[in-house]
Order: sequence, then structure tokens, then C-alpha cells
Amino acid sequence: MSKKRSAEEYQKTFAFRFFRWLHGEKDPYVGVVEMRPQEEYHVDEDAILRHEKEHDAILDRVYSEDNIELKAFRRLYHVTSILFCLFLIALLLVTVSYLPATGTIDRPVNNEVAARYIENGLEETGAVNIVAGMILDYRAFDTLGESHVLFVATITVLILLRMNKKGSKGINDRIFEPKNDTILQLVATFLVPIIIIFGIYIILNGHLGPGGGFSGGAVIGAGLVLYLNAFGFEKTERFFTEKTYKWVCFFSLSFYCLAKSYSFYTGANQLHSVIPKGTPGAILSSGLILPLNIAVGLVVACTIYAFYAMFRKGGF
Amino acid sequence: MNFICNFPFFSILLSLFSGTICSVLPGKAAKIVNRVVIAVIGVMSAVLLLYLLSTGESFIYWMGHFPAPWGNEIRAGVLEAGMALFFCIIMYLSMAGGAHKLFGEVVATKHNLYYILVNLLLSSLLALVYTNDMFTAYVFVEINTISACGLIMIRQVGRTIVAAVRYMIMSLLGSGLLLFGLCIMYDLTGHLLMSNIKESVNLLVANGEYQIPLIVSIALMCIGLCIKSALFPFHAWLPDAYGYSTVSSAAILSSLVSKGYIFLLIKIIYRVIGFDIFDNTRIIDVLFVFGLMGMIFGSLSAIKENDIRRMIAFSSVAQIGYIYMGIGMGTQLGMVASVFHILSHAATKSLLFIAAIGLTDVSGGSRKFIELTGSGYRNKWAGVAFTVGSLSMVGVPLFSGFISKLLFSQAAVQIADDKMLAALIVLGISTVLNAIYFMKTVIRIYTPVEETSYPSVTIWDRIPYAVVLVFFIVLNVLLGVSSQPIVDMIGQGLSMFS
Amino acid sequence: MGPNLFINYGEAVSAILFCIGFTNLLLQNNLIKKIIGLNIMDSAIYLFLAEKGYIAGRVAPIVVDGVTSTEAYINPIPSGLVLTGIVVSVSVTALMLSLTIRLYMRYHTLDLDEISTLLKKEGK
Repeated sequence: MSKKRSAEEYQKTFAFRFFRWLHGEKDPYVGVVEMRPQEEYHVDEDAILRHEKEHDAILDRVYSEDNIELKAFRRLYHVTSILFCLFLIALLLVTVSYLPATGTIDRPVNNEVAARYIENGLEETGAVNIVAGMILDYRAFDTLGESHVLFVATITVLILLRMNKKGSKGINDRIFEPKNDTILQLVATFLVPIIIIFGIYIILNGHLGPGGGFSGGAVIGAGLVLYLNAFGFEKTERFFTEKTYKWVCFFSLSFYCLAKSYSFYTGANQLHSVIPKGTPGAILSSGLILPLNIAVGLVVACTIYAFYAMFRKGGF
Repeated sequence: MNFICNFPFFSILLSLFSGTICSVLPGKAAKIVNRVVIAVIGVMSAVLLLYLLSTGESFIYWMGHFPAPWGNEIRAGVLEAGMALFFCIIMYLSMAGGAHKLFGEVVATKHNLYYILVNLLLSSLLALVYTNDMFTAYVFVEINTISACGLIMIRQVGRTIVAAVRYMIMSLLGSGLLLFGLCIMYDLTGHLLMSNIKESVNLLVANGEYQIPLIVSIALMCIGLCIKSALFPFHAWLPDAYGYSTVSSAAILSSLVSKGYIFLLIKIIYRVIGFDIFDNTRIIDVLFVFGLMGMIFGSLSAIKENDIRRMIAFSSVAQIGYIYMGIGMGTQLGMVASVFHILSHAATKSLLFIAAIGLTDVSGGSRKFIELTGSGYRNKWAGVAFTVGSLSMVGVPLFSGFISKLLFSQAAVQIADDKMLAALIVLGISTVLNAIYFMKTVIRIYTPVEETSYPSVTIWDRIPYAVVLVFFIVLNVLLGVSSQPIVDMIGQGLSMFS
Repeated sequence: MGPNLFINYGEAVSAILFCIGFTNLLLQNNLIKKIIGLNIMDSAIYLFLAEKGYIAGRVAPIVVDGVTSTEAYINPIPSGLVLTGIVVSVSVTALMLSLTIRLYMRYHTLDLDEISTLLKKEGK
């Protein structure tokens, strides 16, 4: 049992003072520590105005056209920039002159790593295009990171340029639409399907020849941009809005992540991967490379279009 | 292979994947996903750390079906797992501590984008910590840069956008140098994996081949990473970027992003070049001198500053100078001190940013010192936390900053040449300067004012915020009081590197 | 000077381009010129890598007629690195351009110094 205290007694305890202090009711220094009373602060409107004026005047004087010092500084800046550049060039040229000779065979880079990619690449990845096999199978982690670089760049562009629904003034250039440029529209009618089919060909052929997800996606994106320029946002919004972009990106990247996680997991734990390699040279071959190329292609096509739409009017 | 060995891979992929998931979620759900992911990764890293401590050796994890020089690899040792755990703790606390400011400073429709950036930033930090491949490191350095830029400019006022532009320019210069150095290194060795590069570099040095390109390549990589981690002459972007971005971003940027690059540099020194070879180049002296200059000039700029957030930001420049000074000493002890200071600075700087926001909130949102007078009474917890952070930064015993200063001076005493004198003198001067500007601030926030128009805030008004501050204080004291196991662990981790 | 400056003329050109791009990115005031400098710098690195992969008399690493001998093809690794690098450079360029657009919308100038002056006048 604790003994009962009167309220007066309680007010003298440390706990009471501590809690009062904690709740912000009392300043522990007031009346305890000796202090000089602070002078009251007067707002001197004139002084503030005067300061502002002086400040502006200084800025105007410093950044005016006929400030000789500034001009001299600019000239000096140019000269030092050029000198700096020349110095860097000299340094790197000396370095280059000591590097192994290009084009020859007996260099450190032509070692067992490249040899295995070339000799066993076809067998181990099933890709005729050795570079595709290398970046999407041997060194797939880099490529996974790379596609996320693109993703995070789109996110930052969205943050910067996407406008809010309300009061979307500013750079919206939709007022110039519809354009009805007959020549452009006629040419686009012919060209856009060809461009897009060519892009799809590049993506699907990524493991068989030159090409792949990124290049094909960029071509498709260019086709979409041409279509947009010819027919305007009203037409493209029928099949491509921000929602489409969001979901296409989400599904492609999720597929990419999950597929590669499976492959990494089985690889690291020495498990057997169930993904068939197929016959090299056939269109349905080389395990995960074709689906991954398709996923990357979709992301890139949408991203290129999204960049363009965002740069033009801040949204889809 | 033990199942726990999968954890580094799981943590990287989980955070990457959660970034993608957040892109289709509304802001609140994204916030929950973000917190859960950070917590899960933290737990996984803790388990991994315990496992590694019990086995006592690091392991290599294949990213794919192919072994060392052909496929990608990640590698986990005590230091890596400890860093990952620490990064998760700091990130969780920073996100929780700044959550209430986010709603005022960022448009509601862009909240989920913020969490995407944080998730991707975490994944890139983890990848930088765990990677065993130079090119993977480059790719994730880029993710880190872009998402950090996003964190700076998500609060869209003129200053942050200009700061983001400056940050991007400096970072891109850094990445360019890093990539060029990497390409030269690849040309000389024919490998991209750290362990294989190291073998070839040892061979090259033993045979005396390609000496000049080797040195240039090392120098380019080092300078690239120094620029990216805001070492003294390259710090121009830092004050605005840390000073005006939303508070969680500032805490994360100052305590994690630059530390990720420094950790990568340490990893390169140990695992790519080899500590002895690096020690014999002149680059180490350059790092040392820049570190010393950063310690002095960063503190001097902080003293001149009239804005609390910018003052803390300038103090970061000084602290990064400490870390580089430790690296530049060229001894094992100096390196241990640097790694410890990475931890200690990360814990303290994020605490200071989070506490400063509590003080500015009760001063009408103004960050000028004149308005902050007496704010320590108006928001008591923030005042206490800020004081703890300041004491730690100055190097008062019981707090983490003391231990790192102690380690630095021990390391300095053991180097024989004239570096010792310089290091000790600058350490002394810098500590005095630190004391000047931090104690000035503490005295300012505890100077009573007679009348104030600003309302007081008690702990119960914002419990999560107070809890975060308590955790930060505990972390600081923990680092300061029971430092010996942590120092031992760092030493063990560093010896695992080679 | 080492022995290989003229044999490595491709690398020499890429080194010069790298420095030009680097200096432009660092020292130009105009934001668009900075971005152009950035792209020159990145492309110079890709040129450097492409030169590193090249071996005289060999063809691109795409298997033709089932020939998988090392004698036939150039080194595939630098090509792969270039592919990855290009994506990174595209992303960074897009980000820089959108930052530039934002700044131009707000301050109506592309000169970074001028923007800093305007910021100081704003005083925020």
C-alpha cells in the first residue's frame, strides 16, 4: 500500500513537476534561473523595405550586362574550361596509348569468358544471337536492373510532368487539335502499320538475329508517336491511356521479375529448371529469352510513347 | 546450400518487385507495402547476419545457372548483412518519422510514386551492398541516382528542382567516370566479376604490365564515386537537396544514399584492387587530403548557415570528410573507423533531420534560427532528440559519435608518417567547429522566450513520431555504449573481404 | 606516350569525345547543351566498348550455319554492355529533359546561373 498524499503534498514531488514539464505547462527555468529579460522585438517596416531594395540593387548591379568583373570572369571561365578539357584529353590519350592494341587476338579481353559464350552459348541458352543469350541468360541480373532503370526514369518523369486533373492549364497543347493534316495522315496510314509490324518482327526475332526487346520496343514506340502526331490525342486515347500504360508495365515487369527469380533460384540452388530450351533457330526456342524480349519490348514501347506524351502535354 | 543463403537474393528481388507492385496501388496501400517490405527485408538480413556470424565465412550466390566468370554473382559476408540490416532500420525509421510531412508536401496522387522510388532505392542499395560484379554495380548505381533524384524533387518547389538538376549533373559526371574506369579495367583484365578482376590485377602488378592505365582506371572509379557521395569539392548540390526536400527524403539521402556509394568504394578497394595495391597508389593521399578539407570547410559553412536544415546538410559534408579521411589513412584501423562512422553518422544524421522537422513545425514552419528560439520547450521530444543527436555529432561519451572519433584518433596515432599529425590536428579543429555550431543550435532551441504565438506540442499529439525519435535515440546510445561487438564485427567483415 | 596510340585510334577518338562531353556537362550553362554533353559522353563510352570487342577479320556474334568456333566471331561481352548502357543513357536523358521542361515552365530560361539568380531573388 502506498501512503495517501494530499494534493498539496503531491504538487511538491518531482513526478508532478516532471509531468507538468512534459505536458508543456510550465517552463522549468522561469523563476529558477537568473536571466536577462529579452528585448521586445519591433518590426521595423522601413528597415526591411530598405534592406530589400538594397539587396535588389546589389543583385541588379552584379548581374547587369555591363559589369566588367562579371565579363572578365566569364572569359576566364571559358578559357579555363577549354584548358581543363585539353588537360583531360591529354591524360586519357596517354592512357589510351598504353592500352592493349585493338583488333588483335592476344588481349586480356579475349579470354575464356568470351570463348565459352561463343562456343557453348548456342547449347546452353538456345539463342542463335550470342549477345541476346549473354545479356538475358548468362548476365541476366544486369538486364533486370537495366529494365528497372527505365521504369524508375518513367516514374520520375511522371512525378515531374504529370498534371493534376483539376486546373490543367500550362503546357497542354490540345487546343491545336484536331490537326487534319491530310498529307501527314495519309502517310501515317501507310507507314504506321509497317513500322509496328517491323518492330514486332525485331522483338520476336531477338534470339535469332540482330534485334531484341529494347530496339523493337523503340521502333514500336516511334510508330505510336507518329500515329499520335498524325491523328491527335483523341484517337490514341481510345486504345492507350495512362491506365493501359500502368497495367502493361505492371504485368510485363512482374512477369520479368518472377521469371528471372525462378531462373536465379533454380540456378543458385542447383535445381533443374523446367523451362525447355527448344531447337536453336526455331522461333519458339531458347527458353525464357523470347518471352523476356516480348516483356521488355512492351515496356519500352509504352515508355517511349509515355515520354513523348508527357513531354507534350503532361499526361496521356 | 542452406536456405538462408537465398536471403540476399530474396531481399533484392522483393524490393524490386514491390516497386513494380506499388505502381498499381493507391497511396495508402503502397505505404503499407513499403513498410512491410522494409521490415521483412530487415528481418531477413538479421537472420542472415546471425547465420553468417555462426558459420564465420562468407558465401557466393550465383544469379543464374552459370558459375564465376560467366554468370552474375552476389556475395554475402558479415559486413554486407550488417549493412543491409542497418540500412533497413534507418530507412524504416526515416519513413515513419517523416510520414506526416509527406501529406502536406507531396500531392496526394503522387504518393504511390514516392513509395515506388523508396522501394527501388532500397533494392539498389541492397544490390550495391551485395554485388560481386562491377557492371551490376554500375547499373544499380544508376537506379540509385535516378531514384534519389526523384526523392529530392518530389516536393516540387523551385529550389528542389534546381537542386535535383545540380544533383543529376554531378551524379552523371560521376557515373560517366565510373563507367569509363570500369571499361578500362575490363580492357586490362578481361573480367567484370570482382574476384576475377582482383586475380588479374595482382598478376598485372606482379608482372609490371599496364601500370599507367591501371592507375588511371582506379583513379577514375574513385573520383566517380567521390563525386557521387559528395566529397568536399564536389558537394555544391548537397545543401539545397538535403535542405529543401521532404524530410524523409532528406534523412534517407544523407544517411543512406551517399553511404551506399562509399560502401561500394570500400568494396572496390578490398575486392577489386586489393588493399595493398591501393595503398601504394597516390590516390589514397588525395582521398585523405580531400577528406581533411571537407572536415574543415564543411563545418565552416555550417557555422555560417542561418537555416537549421541547411546547417545539418553542411554538417554531412564534414562527416563524409571524416569517412574519407579514415579510408585515406591506408590502415585497417582507419577503415574500421570509417565503416563505424558510416553507421554512426547514418544513425545520427537521420535523427537530426527528423528532430529538426519537429522543431520547425512548432515555429510556424520557419527554419531560421531566430524563429526557432525556445522551440525545445514547445516540442519537448524533438528538443531532447535534437540535443542527443548534437551531442553525438560533437562526440560526447555515451553516444555513437564519441566512439567513431575515438576510433579515428586511435587509427591516426598508429600511422607513422606525417599523416598522423595532420589527421589529429584536423580532428581536433573539426570537433571544436562541430561543437560550435551544434551547441549554438541547442542553446538556441532552449533559450526561453517570454511570449510566443506558436502553439506547444506534447508527446501525445503525435505518438508515432515520438516513438521513432525514441528508437533513434536508443540506436544512437546502443552504438555508443556497446560498440565493441560492432567494431569486432566490422573487423571480421573486412577480413572476410579479402 | 605508349606504343599503341595510333593503333588504338578508335579509343583515342572516344577519349577525346568523352572529354568534350564531360567538359560540356560540367561547365556549360545552358541546360540543353549540358544534356547534349551528357549524350556525347555516354556515346563515347559505347564507342570505346565497341572498339574493345572488335577483332580484325571476324563477324558479329550471331551464329551462322552452326559454326560455334571462337575463331569466327568477335567478343560478345562489350556488345552486351553497350546494350545495357544505352538503356541507362536513354532513361537519364529523359529525366534530365523533363527536369529542364519543368524549370523552363517556371523560370522561362534555360541558363542555370540565371535560374539561380531568380531563385535568390525569390528568396525561398
